[in-house]
Amino acid sequence: MSYDRAITVFSPDGHLFQVDYAQEAVKKGSTAVGVRGKNVVVLGVEKKIVAKLQEDRTVRKICSLDDNVFMAFAGLTADARIIVNRARVECQSHRLTVEDPATVEYITRYISSIKQRYTQSNGRRPFGISSLIVGFDFDGTPHLYQTDPSGTYHAWKANAIGRSAKTVREFLEKNYKEDMESDTDTIKLAIRALLEVVQSGGKNIELAIMKRDESMKMLAQEEIEEYVTAIETEKQKKT
Amino acid sequence: MALASVLQSESVDFSNYGRQRRGFASGLTETELGLESVGGDSLSFALRTSCSNGDGPDRKIEFLHGTTTLAFKFQHGVIVAVDSRATAGSYIASQTVKKVIEINPYLLGTMAGGAADCSFWERLLARQCRVYELRNKERISVAAASKLLANMVYQYKGMGLSMGTMVCGWDKTGPGLYYVDSEGNRVCGDLFAVGSGSMYAYGIVDSGLKQKDLTVEEACDLGRRAIYQATYRDAYSGGQVNLYHVHSEGWTRVSQSDVLMLHQQYQAEKA
Repeated sequence: MSYDRAITVFSPDGHLFQVDYAQEAVKKGSTAVGVRGKNVVVLGVEKKIVAKLQEDRTVRKICSLDDNVFMAFAGLTADARIIVNRARVECQSHRLTVEDPATVEYITRYISSIKQRYTQSNGRRPFGISSLIVGFDFDGTPHLYQTDPSGTYHAWKANAIGRSAKTVREFLEKNYKEDMESDTDTIKLAIRALLEVVQSGGKNIELAIMKRDESMKMLAQEEIEEYVTAIETEKQKKT
Repeated sequence: MALASVLQSESVDFSNYGRQRRGFASGLTETELGLESVGGDSLSFALRTSCSNGDGPDRKIEFLHGTTTLAFKFQHGVIVAVDSRATAGSYIASQTVKKVIEINPYLLGTMAGGAADCSFWERLLARQCRVYELRNKERISVAAASKLLANMVYQYKGMGLSMGTMVCGWDKTGPGLYYVDSEGNRVCGDLFAVGSGSMYAYGIVDSGLKQKDLTVEEACDLGRRAIYQATYRDAYSGGQVNLYHVHSEGWTRVSQSDVLMLHQQYQAEKA
């Protein structure tokens, strides 16, 4: 079979149906939320319910791309694996040829151009993932970018992708404060946003943070529980 | 391609020889870093050195090995000083060669070895630097620019390129100076002198750089003096001394002094 027929072609009203369908696949994936604070960047994901016999440590939705960048995704896990691998290699290639770590924008641009290429190639389908890419550039500025299956990317202050992304984003819009100085506030915002849509609280949340000039840290279950209890107490106080 | 026409050999190989080399050397497809394939459409015009004649890479081309170029870092940037003589054997072909290539307003490259090789590859480097600047919205660092040049010529290693250049500039980490040659060397340093007159130049600069903090005037004088002394003793260097100063705002062409004028000036000072 020769790969001479494109799968992603325009519809009469200007849509790329395959890309739209890919975005539907993303909407079925588990929620991921990202928040950019002043001195810390946070990514939180909804942990998928694992079967009893499954080791839950092998299901990792937050991947580090380099010392200064990490990402989470929503959608087809297998597609994400490919993108993450290519991005990791590109981060190292950039370090080799330019003798500097890649900026968050650079690696986001790279990932987006891969995704775009697959919407314009013969015999291939688009990637079925959206990703949230966060990190610090080597000059210290924090960034949060979101990419989608069409290959576009935008910078955000806080965003969510996956199941119920709309609800979470509305929550973030209501509660995001500019220039959140405190790291705890940024982390709490991410957890509160996830708690809106995740059933049964802290057990089903996975969180990763990165402070400036430090490497990515996955929060342990107990730490997440601490934040959750603090949030609950605050909620009680308010009502 | 330019290389094939310069060497005028019949054994031009249009196979995938160069392409495999390229993949190994850089480890990534050039489109990802924004570098288009240098050899035009996907063919690479690799030149196989003919082992049959037995003369190997010794071909009769005018090389600027007879030259003196030098560059050194100091507190206020980088001084680049070069002579301007080109020789073909014992014949002086020209006394007015421009051996400093202005890659872009903040990067300079010097020329030693094959004139065509140096100017061609450095112009290509200028193109890559500009594309980098447009894509990443910031200037390329001297380290990255010299690395791009080194990687480009490494793919032609062993095929007869002759280039010994110093990439000098100022980026956000301060003054940058790298020596890159066609063998694949790429070295960062504070002082380099390249060419047949380099030893004489080193002598002057090494003794003049003893005091750590030079003013711009003193550093320019030192560079000028070093090239002058090299032209005094080396038959293959001469003409004029072209002096450039690279600072935080970019490079400035400081002076162009005829060596004979300098000779008279220094003689008068001695008296």
